[in-house]
Amino acid sequence: MSQAIESESLLSTEREIMLSCSGLHRYLGGGDGRVHVLHGVGVEAECGQMSAIVGPSGCGKSTLLYLLGLLDRPDGGEIWINGKEVATASDEERTAVRCTEIGFVFQFHFLLPEFSAIENVMLPARKLGRLGSDEMRETAHELLKAVGLGEKTHRLPSQLSGGEQQRVAIARSLMNSPSIILADEPTGNLDVTNSNLVFEFLMRLAKEKGQAVILVTHNPDIADRCDRILQMRDGSFL
Amino acid sequence: MSPSLKIAVRFLVAKKRSMVMSLAGIVFGVGFFILTQAQTSGFEDFFIRTILGTDGAVRIEDRLQDTIRSLKSGSKSNSGFSIAADREGRSYISGVAEPRLIRDALNEFPAVTAISGVLRGNAILEGIGKKKGSAQVYGIDLDDHLAVSDLESQIVQGGFEEFRNNPRGILIGKKMAEIMQISVGGSVVLQAQSERRRYRIAAIYETGVSDIDKSRIFMQISETRSLLRKPHGVSFLQINLTDRNKADEVASRIQMITNHSTVSWQEREKTWLTVFNFIRISTALTVTSIILISGLGMFNTLVMIVMEKTKEISILRSMGYTRGDISSIFLWEGGIVLIIGTFLGTLVGAALTFAVSRIPIRITGIFATDSFVVSWSLWHYVAAVSTAVVIVMCASVIPARRAARLEPGDVIRGTSQ
Repeated sequence: MSQAIESESLLSTEREIMLSCSGLHRYLGGGDGRVHVLHGVGVEAECGQMSAIVGPSGCGKSTLLYLLGLLDRPDGGEIWINGKEVATASDEERTAVRCTEIGFVFQFHFLLPEFSAIENVMLPARKLGRLGSDEMRETAHELLKAVGLGEKTHRLPSQLSGGEQQRVAIARSLMNSPSIILADEPTGNLDVTNSNLVFEFLMRLAKEKGQAVILVTHNPDIADRCDRILQMRDGSFL
Repeated sequence: MSPSLKIAVRFLVAKKRSMVMSLAGIVFGVGFFILTQAQTSGFEDFFIRTILGTDGAVRIEDRLQDTIRSLKSGSKSNSGFSIAADREGRSYISGVAEPRLIRDALNEFPAVTAISGVLRGNAILEGIGKKKGSAQVYGIDLDDHLAVSDLESQIVQGGFEEFRNNPRGILIGKKMAEIMQISVGGSVVLQAQSERRRYRIAAIYETGVSDIDKSRIFMQISETRSLLRKPHGVSFLQINLTDRNKADEVASRIQMITNHSTVSWQEREKTWLTVFNFIRISTALTVTSIILISGLGMFNTLVMIVMEKTKEISILRSMGYTRGDISSIFLWEGGIVLIIGTFLGTLVGAALTFAVSRIPIRITGIFATDSFVVSWSLWHYVAAVSTAVVIVMCASVIPARRAARLEPGDVIRGTSQ
């Protein structure tokens, strides 16, 4: 117990590590088709640092990201977020951590088509309930302005281009000011201009707001510009 | 507005067409449920009012024969009443030999508001041109009988003046008047026992019950005693109560105390009441099927939404929406359709009930009415809404649970890889 407290204190203060995991195992499928996707993986993400996870398709990058984002449960290992072990926490606790600590950006924007850009951005804040209606709208507007969509806040996703939709998704992931941003190939469907725009924005967040950013990418140019690169192959870091 | 409700509204609007179909089903289901209940209950209530207005809430008839000694004494009495056959394992002496004693006993019942002694007998009626028909003569004390029946409001021609003043004045039913082709002021001959007397029609009544209207003749009780040669007693006592629904309970207490067969209106009209009850349940079940089909439509639509929105559900989960929040989105969708559907359905039900009550239609047989009879009861609305609530919520719970069970990792992995 004392060791856990010591380690918790060490993680959250001295090294400014927001997220860490160790010995993560994950199997997918069942029966004869059961695949051992992650082989005891460990990783840390520090505040203000942007990490890129690279590797060939199927090596387990996205699976690791979903485990770190508490969208999936590992078959073994530990995940620590802001000093709390969450791999085996209850569904309610993990959901609460996702709400306050984690912002997710997916390869596909996954915006709700029935809501306008600003309403999509406000969705996480509506759940968190910390901000009043006006404050929430103002924050969402600021975020959309920051990603260059200040003039298109009331457009539906179908009225935005792919790059704009992805920027709305990034603004949405930042709405609750999470300490961790997890991005799964955020530039995968974007052209070079939009890719650079999105990357620059994520990098600026890490530096200015001290958020720990982990992104999975196949793009070597994007990976090279990150603070560190984590190479993955066959479910392990090289 | 809660985020789940806001999302539910948007999802619903996006599925406008199929939701409107489900909504329409619920509106018409609830509306028709209310209408059919109003109609069947209306006719049942009207029937009960009619039978209470003609034959009263409770009748005290034959004396229970429980010992050999009393059987003998009963048979030797010169009252003109005979021993009835066994009924349900008990013997009876027909009629009430000592109505005054029974009346004294009934004074102890606060629920009894009025009593009328009736002497009943069969007679042959002879009208114009020697036209003959059988009749049942009811000898009554007019004031007593008006207190236990709706005879006053059932008069369709003539009045009570001649009946009161002239012992030979009689009241006959409308159907009998039509059959015998006689009207108020006309005369008929009644033949009973060996007596044959002429009577004058004082008034014509209509109960709506054709069996009564074509056979029952009211005359003064003293004249009836003379015609039927029954100097003592009455055939039965007709009783009115403060609360018609307590007739069963009061009847069994009266029977116990007076030792006379006492029958409540519920027991007397058991067959018809069972028929009405069956029709009411049957129509309720039929109309419930409309709501059920709408519920199934709603279930399909919600399941489709869950299947189409798995990505969106996963994204909401990734933002911190709990399984409960996701579940409540779909329950809200069902709830919104339910609230709008039942609100509009009750309005449609009320409007249809009102419209149907105005349809002119002449019904006679077991009662008489000139238009559809409806009953306005809050319980019809409560029953219709409750049925819709149960069906729609059942239809919503399964998709809601299914949506809440979705694992965001599985869904997103399936899409992104």
